[in-house]
Amino acid sequence: MASTAKAVEPVISAAWGKPQSWTLDSYRQRGGYDGLKRALTMEPQAIIDEVKKSNLRGRGGAGFPTGMKWSFVPKDSPKPKYLAVNGDESEPGTFKDRYILENDPHMMLEGIAIASYALGVHTCYVYLRGEFKFQAERTQAAIDEAYKAGIFGKSMLGKDFQLDCYVVRGAGAYICGEETALLESLEGKKGWPRLKPPFPAVVGLFGSPTVVNNVETLASVPCILAKGAEWYAKLGTEKSGGTHLVCLSGSVNRPGVYEVGMHTTILELIHDDQYGQGMPKGRKVKAVIPGGSSAPVLGADELDVALEFEALKMKQTMAGSGGVIVMDDATCMVRSLWRVARFYAEESCGQCTPCREGTPWQTRLLRKIEEGRGEPGDIDLLSNVASSIAPYPPIGLGNTICALGDAAALPTHSFLMRFRDEFEAHLREKRCPFGEHPWGSYGDWS
Amino acid sequence: MAEPLFTPEEQKKFDAGIAEILSHYPPDRKSAGMLPALRLLQDLKGWLPPEGLRLVAKNLEVTPERAYEVASFYVMYHLKKPGKYVIDVCTNLSCSLWGAEKMLAYLEQKLGMTAGETNEKFTLRETECLASCGTAPCLQINEDHHERLTQAKLDAILARLS
Repeated sequence: MASTAKAVEPVISAAWGKPQSWTLDSYRQRGGYDGLKRALTMEPQAIIDEVKKSNLRGRGGAGFPTGMKWSFVPKDSPKPKYLAVNGDESEPGTFKDRYILENDPHMMLEGIAIASYALGVHTCYVYLRGEFKFQAERTQAAIDEAYKAGIFGKSMLGKDFQLDCYVVRGAGAYICGEETALLESLEGKKGWPRLKPPFPAVVGLFGSPTVVNNVETLASVPCILAKGAEWYAKLGTEKSGGTHLVCLSGSVNRPGVYEVGMHTTILELIHDDQYGQGMPKGRKVKAVIPGGSSAPVLGADELDVALEFEALKMKQTMAGSGGVIVMDDATCMVRSLWRVARFYAEESCGQCTPCREGTPWQTRLLRKIEEGRGEPGDIDLLSNVASSIAPYPPIGLGNTICALGDAAALPTHSFLMRFRDEFEAHLREKRCPFGEHPWGSYGDWS
Repeated sequence: MAEPLFTPEEQKKFDAGIAEILSHYPPDRKSAGMLPALRLLQDLKGWLPPEGLRLVAKNLEVTPERAYEVASFYVMYHLKKPGKYVIDVCTNLSCSLWGAEKMLAYLEQKLGMTAGETNEKFTLRETECLASCGTAPCLQINEDHHERLTQAKLDAILARLS
């Protein structure tokens, strides 16, 4: 398809690919830190109100309104307050935050400075997934520049406000992307999620009020202060301001991270010349996971839907972390679900019985079905196991402390609902109907 | 007499590293430095030997059991000595759609080992998402990412490993 999708003026990705875009000099030439300069002339509450008005919603997965999250921090707490940046980015299909860290880390650092000033935070920890060595080095270099330029440290651009910022690398645990597990990990413990309430805004890091924000969320803050909340809100929809980074992967000609308007549909993302440029080798789309591997899968006839929180919710799925994974018509859905299920079994922290026991059980059943060893009743058993972890529809209703249980059960429920015939075919034929090449166009790696 | 854990040079780096780590946390929260301290130890020794875990625990004023508990939770810490090169191959959905399963099979055959095994030169592991879904298939060797791999590209990378 030629370009028919309405392009948006890039907000987050404007400088990506430009020479030295990650340096302070480059950032300042583009108007960097103008938002902070304006913020420092405002009362902290006015900054929070501005972010509220912008309709910025968290970009980590849950989509919670950012200004509202900030307003939950008690103003009269005698304890120090903390900001924790969630850069754990480990959900299969999601890889946008690393592009921000690699290409424009100062955009996130400016967001950190504005948020810290608004919230009265004097210490910020940037928690990055352990594998992000290069991204951590680049972020640290930008932090060093910010200290030298008087943005971080004892005074913030001349204002009597101290802020220290440290990078902490995780060590390979997806669960640490869950905000309370992230705090446990920051406290030097294994990443076991905490029961909520109390929420981190009240009782967070070291028992103190803590805001946990995703990398992209904070990177979105500077332009709200520089150009105004109304400008930002108008870029999006009624309930969700701004543009949106989506990560396109799987069976498309041009995978990558694209900044799109909230009105852009999945079909446009896959086929438009600006984005995915269609399917390889003349294949057709069979299924799409629209928001990271935990988002319920959609069938080919459900893809004319905007990549936006509310529209996807209407389709009983979610925008999640922005990870769009495309599967073509030669892809085996049982094998695809098995891969996803393995991930959640591997990454379960083991704290809750339904998740600890249920996720490997799902994986064993799926492997058995995929290998042609499935028996009558296995599909219903799989459905029952998933329901024990989180009944359908499970968003927020699971039987576990954190949402990893929901995340593990959602794919199973949705794959069974939309592609049950493929599971039955495996049982009937006692083999995978897709034979030795269950991965479609690119399965013949060489 | 047992050999000392660190050479004098390593000891200097360890002491300076621990001091830097602890400066990032409130003085009564030394244990918060656990993850960076374990990484420091692993960077110096290539893995987390038991006497090293005891030393980290002592510096952070926690029990050695607590250090072991944390080290055993996270997959990037090595409680057993790995091969010189740790190869983590992502086989999650986006990578598998670009042939990662076959890439892993090719590696297993080429290195003469199956995923999960270790010899002196290599530790080969099947791993979960490396956040390189748009540049699949990918793998990580020690801490370096390699993306958009083809057989020829992979062969060239392996040839460079001494």
